[in-house]
Amino acid sequence: MSDRATASAADKRGWLPHPLLSASLVLVWLLLQNSLDLGNLLLGLVLGLGIPLWTSGLWPKRLRVKSWVAVLRYSVMVIGDIVLANIDVARLILFRRASELRTRWVSVPLELSSPEAITVLAGTVTMTPGTVSCDLSADGRYLLVHCLDAPDTEQIVREIKTRYEARLKEIFE
Amino acid sequence: MNLVFEILVAVLIIIGGVFTLIGSWGMVKLPELMSRLHAPTKATTLGVGGALLASMLYFAAFKSHLSLHELLISMFLFLTAPITAHFLAKAHIHRHVDPVRELPRPDGHGWGTFEAPHDAAAEMKAVMDDGPDPAAAEKAHNDDAGRSPR
Amino acid sequence: MIDHALSFALGATSLALLLNLWRLVHGPSVIDRVLAVDTMVINMIALIIFYGIHEGTPVYFEAALILAMFGFVSTVAFCRFVLRGDIIE
Repeated sequence: MSDRATASAADKRGWLPHPLLSASLVLVWLLLQNSLDLGNLLLGLVLGLGIPLWTSGLWPKRLRVKSWVAVLRYSVMVIGDIVLANIDVARLILFRRASELRTRWVSVPLELSSPEAITVLAGTVTMTPGTVSCDLSADGRYLLVHCLDAPDTEQIVREIKTRYEARLKEIFE
Repeated sequence: MNLVFEILVAVLIIIGGVFTLIGSWGMVKLPELMSRLHAPTKATTLGVGGALLASMLYFAAFKSHLSLHELLISMFLFLTAPITAHFLAKAHIHRHVDPVRELPRPDGHGWGTFEAPHDAAAEMKAVMDDGPDPAAAEKAHNDDAGRSPR
Repeated sequence: MIDHALSFALGATSLALLLNLWRLVHGPSVIDRVLAVDTMVINMIALIIFYGIHEGTPVYFEAALILAMFGFVSTVAFCRFVLRGDIIE
């Protein structure tokens, strides 16, 4: 049984189970070596092909990205938001008395279902203004978010859903 | 031209220093752990980000040595900061928060820290069906089992 | 000008490390202390990078990179220990 199963799996996945992972491994290797020599490039390619094959049992599904333009636009938007978030939080820390902060927990209902999309959303929420994602409900349909200063929880939920979740839905689903 | 770069590097260095300091000040000032968690995850990423950008620009402009290591470090920090924050928050919830009285209750199932994942078995089966073969998974598992005592 | 900016930033980062140390000693719960150590690691990375600019050599980046990795792994390992009572299951 194991022979047949292995053969069919090999047919399905081929030598390049995760092209994205391979590409990023090569890139990281080149950045780490800080050079573009032929030797480093070859070694990077060997690592980029070998590691995904070796670890493919741990990550069976292939990640599908629908539109790379959307990924680029999302990344630029998030980087801008990170800078704004930093300034925002710095202002809260410096100029607001601690007792005046309205910290509270908010639960955000999710429409995303793939684990990768939820991971990206949780990471984005943590890096953006005044919110840290803390937990996921057991069935993966709600995200627990802690807000540093939330006068209006409805508005925060709405912002997370329209600004980030809708775009991630475009990218992943 | 040199002056422009000098000003830019100096401004980035100052931004880095200021945000690092604000992050740590917030950690001392804020009253409870969950709000303290906000300070380092945010303020510090911009602090280190500013420092890394400054150093990249400095070495490229004045030492004519283009180094992309900084990019790698900042990428790593930006990817790991949310994970660290998430783990610390989960540990805090696990130890110190009462889920019934203090947290909003989601419809259906409770939060993942207190309840086992709901349909783990079904999900596992779905993964196995269209993903790799059970044999490989089993083999990997056996390898692990063989390796662990050492 | 860069020199002045650097002395300011080195001072600010050192002060930040002292504040983290206060939290590390004072922090009421264990998780506070882990948060303090994690922030300390990030601040140390900033300090090392500023020092690298000050000395004008890029040799310190490997140190910063390794520190970043160890800081992350140790924080995650600790949190896993608190959550599960075990690190490698």
